[in-house]
Amino acid sequence: MSDIPITPRLLEEPAPCAREGAWLEWISTVDHKRIGILYLATTLFFFAVGGVEALLMRIQLAWPGNTFLSPDAYDQVFTMHGTTMVFLVVVPMLLGLANYLTPLMIGARDMALPRLNAFSFWVFLFGGFLLYFSFVSGHAPAAGWFSYAPLSEKGYSTRYGLDYWALALLGIGVGTIATAINLIVTIINLRAEGMTIRRLPLFVWMVLVNSFLIIFALPALNASLVMLLIDRQLSAHFFTVMGGGSPILWQHYFWSFGHPEVYIMVLPAFGIISEVIPVFSRKPIFGYGFVAASTVAIALLSLGVWAHHMFAVGLGPAWNYAFGASSLLIAVPTGVKIFNWIATMWGGSIRFTTSLLFAVAFLFTFTIGGLSGVTFAAFPLDWQTTDSYYVVAHMHYVLFGGTLFAVMAGVYYWFPKMSGRMLSERWGVVHFWLMFIGFHLTFLIQHILGLDGMPRRVYTYPDRPGWAVMNLISTIGAFVIGISVLVFLANIVMSLRSGAPAGDNPWNAWTLEWATSSPPPEHNFDRIPPVHSARPLWDLMHREGRA
Amino acid sequence: MKRFDTVRLAMAVFIASEAVFFAFLIAAYLFFSAATVHGPTARNSLDPPRTLVFTLCLLASSGTMWLAERRLSAARFGGFVLWLAATIVLGFVFILGQATEYAGLIMKSVTPERNLFGATFFTLTGFHGFHVFCGLVSMCVLLGLGFTRTFGEKEASGLAAISMYWHFVDAVWIVIFSLVYLTVWL
Repeated sequence: MSDIPITPRLLEEPAPCAREGAWLEWISTVDHKRIGILYLATTLFFFAVGGVEALLMRIQLAWPGNTFLSPDAYDQVFTMHGTTMVFLVVVPMLLGLANYLTPLMIGARDMALPRLNAFSFWVFLFGGFLLYFSFVSGHAPAAGWFSYAPLSEKGYSTRYGLDYWALALLGIGVGTIATAINLIVTIINLRAEGMTIRRLPLFVWMVLVNSFLIIFALPALNASLVMLLIDRQLSAHFFTVMGGGSPILWQHYFWSFGHPEVYIMVLPAFGIISEVIPVFSRKPIFGYGFVAASTVAIALLSLGVWAHHMFAVGLGPAWNYAFGASSLLIAVPTGVKIFNWIATMWGGSIRFTTSLLFAVAFLFTFTIGGLSGVTFAAFPLDWQTTDSYYVVAHMHYVLFGGTLFAVMAGVYYWFPKMSGRMLSERWGVVHFWLMFIGFHLTFLIQHILGLDGMPRRVYTYPDRPGWAVMNLISTIGAFVIGISVLVFLANIVMSLRSGAPAGDNPWNAWTLEWATSSPPPEHNFDRIPPVHSARPLWDLMHREGRA
Repeated sequence: MKRFDTVRLAMAVFIASEAVFFAFLIAAYLFFSAATVHGPTARNSLDPPRTLVFTLCLLASSGTMWLAERRLSAARFGGFVLWLAATIVLGFVFILGQATEYAGLIMKSVTPERNLFGATFFTLTGFHGFHVFCGLVSMCVLLGLGFTRTFGEKEASGLAAISMYWHFVDAVWIVIFSLVYLTVWL
């Protein structure tokens, strides 16, 4: 960057922020970069916990009739795995990236409300602790991550696990909404001069749309949780048939949060992909407007598809047709994006870094997951596959193969900015192939198991032809993923210690976060380059030609 | 480049989110009140004229809040503190009305446990009451700042945000009062 002339626009001196003791500094920080890193570190921890839970399940399922876990323990483990991965890993991981990157990408000093930002993080962390405290209380929740009534009610879940579950999710939900508010205000209010809405980096676009989705979808969860808690603690009957309540209402309420949640877990991932692919293809994104607009379309549609989770309930043909149609529709804007990304790579000078490998793996895997998702919109098919391993395979293709691969692409891409050091590419490639192969080994075969009728959420299965060997393959795949995660963690530790220095802009990228030092100073920018397009640093590098 | 007042914008977004939350609780009330056949209902347990009095207090408090804001923007601290205090008193009277209403209902053993009217009624009005309470706490903080006369631009935008919140809570009550109490006379 030093050889690139910058028109200085000096910022006033930031307030001094000297503190004693590094620990205290992290605990008391309101700096969006530190909070972002706290989010990422916490989610990495919970990812390891949730991963161990997944391995426990795969050990139990490795062969038919295994007795490694009791049925009750198995129920607790799959509930905690799902809840952990959704609420303590995927969503906050993306919020952490959004926290770290949004102010940098729009040329701001910090989030609009830094103290609220810190509040969000700590509420999330303690929400996570509260959830895991349920183990200490004697019994973790065991009604699945969507806790269908009446199983989640007092009569069937007699111990306190579900109360911890509901309270933890309420806390995490409040923190998530607060972060979404913060991000919206930051993006609307604190963009650098010249950064119009049509010059926003696509990651920021996705974060903005995602934040709106959060503020409109999360209250549905909060309302359902509150009602569940009142049922459990004050003996009301919202969701129990005996008192006149309606278990179906829980399903409607939960999924009117739960389906937007699916997109809350994937939109920022789309944003990561939309940053990584252009930079490593050395081309601007193909169809910027379409990528942005299709995100808005996805967000709006996602609020109107929830009952496709309920085809098996028997709501009647009118519901089924309506929600089948809206669910098919949502595939259109998603498909638009896939073509945008492929067209961006088309004819580019592609550099296959680990980051891009993960991004391409995302395209491949997410497309498969999207296609199996479309099959659920045809409700007669859904009746056959619902609650089978076909669903498990589908959702891991979009959440693991989709979001998590995208997050990995993002981590390899932005780690140099966050730490000032590169992640090892050699270990990165090992990590990538292990994870990619392990993932498909684990989940591809579950499609077949599901179509053959193996039900999800059951602690064991009969020795039907092929089931034992297919489950064993799946278990082996899961351990390959486990090894890949260890390689990843080792890579992080080694690179933090002795990785190659990154410099300001190791990838020759174009967005503002690369215009400052790595890691950025507490006030982010000494000077902000002028913004005349969606790629301000490209403009800087090629000024002479045009001037 | 600052486009909007940060605190007020954040409050506007927060209110949008809260509106969805109340929409779900209200929907649950309507859904279940149609299904309640046995035991207490809005018709045989509630006292709309009495609640109307307290409703008027809450509505008036929106007016006094508006007056307080006007006085502040005219830099008349005495009037500002007075009207803000009036707002707090009116809000407190509303809460008091709700508390005595709850006590009366519970004496008649109308509880969340009893039937779905009880459950939805207490959930919906309870969460509204909780929002009123939160508004009162934040207004007390503002009142304290008003007494010390340390009211700069920052505090003023805080007041504007709390005022938005207060009007929202008021508006939610108008919806609840219409749907829960006024329908008794239909």
